Amino acid sequence: MTQLFLEQALNGLQFGLMLFLLAAGLTLVFGIMDCINLAHGSLYMVGAYFVAAATQAADSFWIGLGAGVAGAAVLGLLLELSLFRQLYKRDHLSQVLATFALILIANEAVRVIWGAQPVMLNPPDALAGPVEIGDFFYPAYRLVIIAFGLAVAGLLYLLVAKSRVGMWVRAGASNREMTEALGINVRALFTAVFVFGTALCALAGGLLGPLLAVQVGMGESVLILAFVVIIIGGIGSIRGALVGSLIVGSVDTLGRALLPTLLRALLPADAASTLGPALASILIYLLMAGILFFKPQGLFPARA
Amino acid sequence: MSLRLTALAAALMLAGSAHAADQIKVGLVSTLSGPGAGLGVDIRDGFNLAMKQLNGKLGGLPAEVLIADDQQSPDIAKQAADRFLKKDKVDFMTGIVFSNIMLAVGPSVFENKTFYISANAGPSQYAGEQCNPFFFNVAWQNDNLHEAVGKIVQDKGYKNVVIVTPNYPGGKDAVSGFKRYYKGKVADEVYTKLGQLDYAAELAQIRATKPDALFFFLPGGMGINFVKQFVSAGLSRDTQLFAPGFSADEDVIKAVGGSMLGMFNSSHWAHDMDNAENKRFVADFQKEYNRLPSLYASQGYDAALMMDGAVRDVKGKVDDKAALQKALEAKRFKSVRGDFKFNTNHYPVQNYYLRAIGKDANGRVTNKTMGTIFTNHADAYVASCKMK
Amino acid sequence: MAFYRPAAYQKPVAIALVIGLLALPTALTGLGQEFYIGFATRVLIFALAASSLNLLLGFGGMFSLGHAAFFGVGAYTAAICQQAGINEALIAFPLAMAFAGIFALAVGAISLRTRGVYFIMITLAFTQMAYYLAVSARSWGGDDGLPLVGRMTLAGISLADDTYFYFAAFFGLTVAMLFFSRLADARFGRVIQAIRENETRMEALGYPVFRYRLICFALGGALAGLAGALLANLTGLASPNLLLWTQSGTLLVMVIIGGVGYLYGGAVGALILLCLEEVLVGFTPHWHIALGLILLGVVLFAPKGVAALFGKKHG
Repeated sequence: MTQLFLEQALNGLQFGLMLFLLAAGLTLVFGIMDCINLAHGSLYMVGAYFVAAATQAADSFWIGLGAGVAGAAVLGLLLELSLFRQLYKRDHLSQVLATFALILIANEAVRVIWGAQPVMLNPPDALAGPVEIGDFFYPAYRLVIIAFGLAVAGLLYLLVAKSRVGMWVRAGASNREMTEALGINVRALFTAVFVFGTALCALAGGLLGPLLAVQVGMGESVLILAFVVIIIGGIGSIRGALVGSLIVGSVDTLGRALLPTLLRALLPADAASTLGPALASILIYLLMAGILFFKPQGLFPARA
Repeated sequence: MSLRLTALAAALMLAGSAHAADQIKVGLVSTLSGPGAGLGVDIRDGFNLAMKQLNGKLGGLPAEVLIADDQQSPDIAKQAADRFLKKDKVDFMTGIVFSNIMLAVGPSVFENKTFYISANAGPSQYAGEQCNPFFFNVAWQNDNLHEAVGKIVQDKGYKNVVIVTPNYPGGKDAVSGFKRYYKGKVADEVYTKLGQLDYAAELAQIRATKPDALFFFLPGGMGINFVKQFVSAGLSRDTQLFAPGFSADEDVIKAVGGSMLGMFNSSHWAHDMDNAENKRFVADFQKEYNRLPSLYASQGYDAALMMDGAVRDVKGKVDDKAALQKALEAKRFKSVRGDFKFNTNHYPVQNYYLRAIGKDANGRVTNKTMGTIFTNHADAYVASCKMK
Repeated sequence: MAFYRPAAYQKPVAIALVIGLLALPTALTGLGQEFYIGFATRVLIFALAASSLNLLLGFGGMFSLGHAAFFGVGAYTAAICQQAGINEALIAFPLAMAFAGIFALAVGAISLRTRGVYFIMITLAFTQMAYYLAVSARSWGGDDGLPLVGRMTLAGISLADDTYFYFAAFFGLTVAMLFFSRLADARFGRVIQAIRENETRMEALGYPVFRYRLICFALGGALAGLAGALLANLTGLASPNLLLWTQSGTLLVMVIIGGVGYLYGGAVGALILLCLEEVLVGFTPHWHIALGLILLGVVLFAPKGVAALFGKKHG
């Protein structure tokens, strides 16, 4: 029983940190540039495909991961210079339409290049199996994701809260003209933030590829989850994204693990088997609606 | 163009009797974009390969294949089908992958008295009470592959089984098909969210129940996610994985790789089946598309051959619906799966085989046929079909 | 954004449109292109759905990604009505509007407490919930959707014939458009547009801002419900796909390319998008790339939508 509990707790943490990798880039672009980027999920997908292709070419997951993320960052740079730069000052409607268009283009382009069938991306052999400590089993690769998630969280905290660049970014977000008057190139700064956000979500795509199917459309399902996370946490707040990820990760995991059993104890078997999974799948949306009902700006609003 | 065709059709109708058509038109509506696209693309490629081998002719008549993408949406599929039926006036339709889309499109096809040759979707409705003279399924009834898994799990003596499917009617049908032949203990039935990404919570619960076998039906990307995570959790050591053929075919293997070694699945066809038609099909498919064909590709291929045989049988008089129906029922073609026949509900009565995933002579991870599960197996709904 | 004021040429254009649309089925039949009657009906239905979203978005300033939910509720209500033996559109369609409207009232009551992006996401969350519930509800067909046995009757006349059904959809759209044009120019329309422009000021002037918004939201939902009921009759199916967030996205794209806050914005957008699909599909299976590029072009070069290119600046 304790083993099951520990495993589920780790699962919640791991799913949460996986969501955090995705949400971190999204909340930065969203919070700082005030840009709704529906194509964030597509960048995640493109990242996963780049990593898969590079891994196959280099025959090493870690080299593939590095090369793939770098490739995605270059793509992010090109996108920022050609398109996003023009979207920052536009209203949310234009941003939604433009990035919705990007989703269409990205999905179809991936299908043209890599074909309609999912592609292979596996973890390095050493991490393919579980770690065993006595009776306790846990997938080694999930531990890697936990480690990466924690490292990214720490790095972001240092960057945003402690570094000079982080200070510029926060200043540029709250008052652009004033920051420019101080001699800081805000335009270049925004470009850098966007590229960094792209690299983060390509990293998420590459890291999650070995656990999930690398296929066309993989970005959309994940995009919704990432949005739920940053809305719960409060847009633009890294701390909010982390807390939101962990809440969503554990609530979803616990709901899936406990709800069916719980309902089976309370209801007739037939009703329980229908209701349990249905309830578990909408649990995080209920949670988000509930949180917004009491805190209409999320848990950690970045701007008061 | 359309105007001329309409005039032609009107002239034909005025003439009153059935003449040999000078061209055969086929409308292929399939899922060619979106997450389910891999399946539709294989059906299309299989169909096109057959057309190429037949020199672009069906039953000796020049044929035109019109292709439309349904984007996995019943609404768009119906629109595309209506275009083929009313505007292009096709003689045959085929291609639909998913049962829900088939059920949406079926009524207009039947109303129009056009023959539909299903290369995949085999809903129970059309096998039973709603069976229709214009509907033929050249693949299987949806439950069949699940029944075959149930039978083999039972025969191999597994006693404690966990079932995993998405929480939607297709998943529940899979469970009832499986349980029709597996009579042992079901330790747990896990219903997951449709399109779920992460299965860690479910896998932890499964580990706690210590099953000796696990049957899953998770179409598309869900199955890929599940198998990858199942193996990395180390569950494959004590628990044998079973799945219907479509969760363990070449498309899935290509995406998962070595983790699938040792998994059992059921199918009515395999690329290593030893008959002349299949050898030619597999060799030509690899030459044409540079990948191994999946069962979907074999079904698309068979659908084209079936049309070819029937058109030849009626000597091109496709307007004589009664004769064409007889010719289709008579199955005038050699299938890549070996011999089979059509039941009274126009679904196949055929063998189902056990396949295991292993390495072939070239070290490639792929399916191998291990033996026969069912011989001349029909579906469970045929009794309630009153074919008119 | 400026206040809506009908342009001088609006009435003659509208009358010409009505005459043209009334003659369309006969013209198509004459040309032997009956297939396109179904397509035209589809355009009319989506024009209604997109216009109902435009009421929220363009006039009320409420950016919702949850409109598909009301569309879907309407479709399911129609299918469930038929399952329950109600085959008369004069009963089933108002019921569809009522259920969609009540559902919108409930969603709005919670969602309208939030603003901006939070509002977008909370409406999205409700759509997702509706989707997962529909997919798991076995008695409503779950993932397969709930089929209709045939089209309903309208005042006893069967709508099975494509031309009759076209006129039913045309009638629905015309009544809705008349309602919109009256509403936008009436007191309610003025207030709701003023709230869009400056919420705080209207609050200070003593207007019950929340109530106005909520009513606008529910009205939009009810009209989307009517569109849903019509679509279920057209395709013969109430499908959970109608509840997907991408469906909300499609409606949104229609409104944006048509012109946000323009009376005909939704209708123009629906016409453009569906025709583009129809044409592009014929050229290449990779038509999504072309559509994406066209949408990007609209954002960059016609930011106010296509209706704005023709209309003069109001207000």
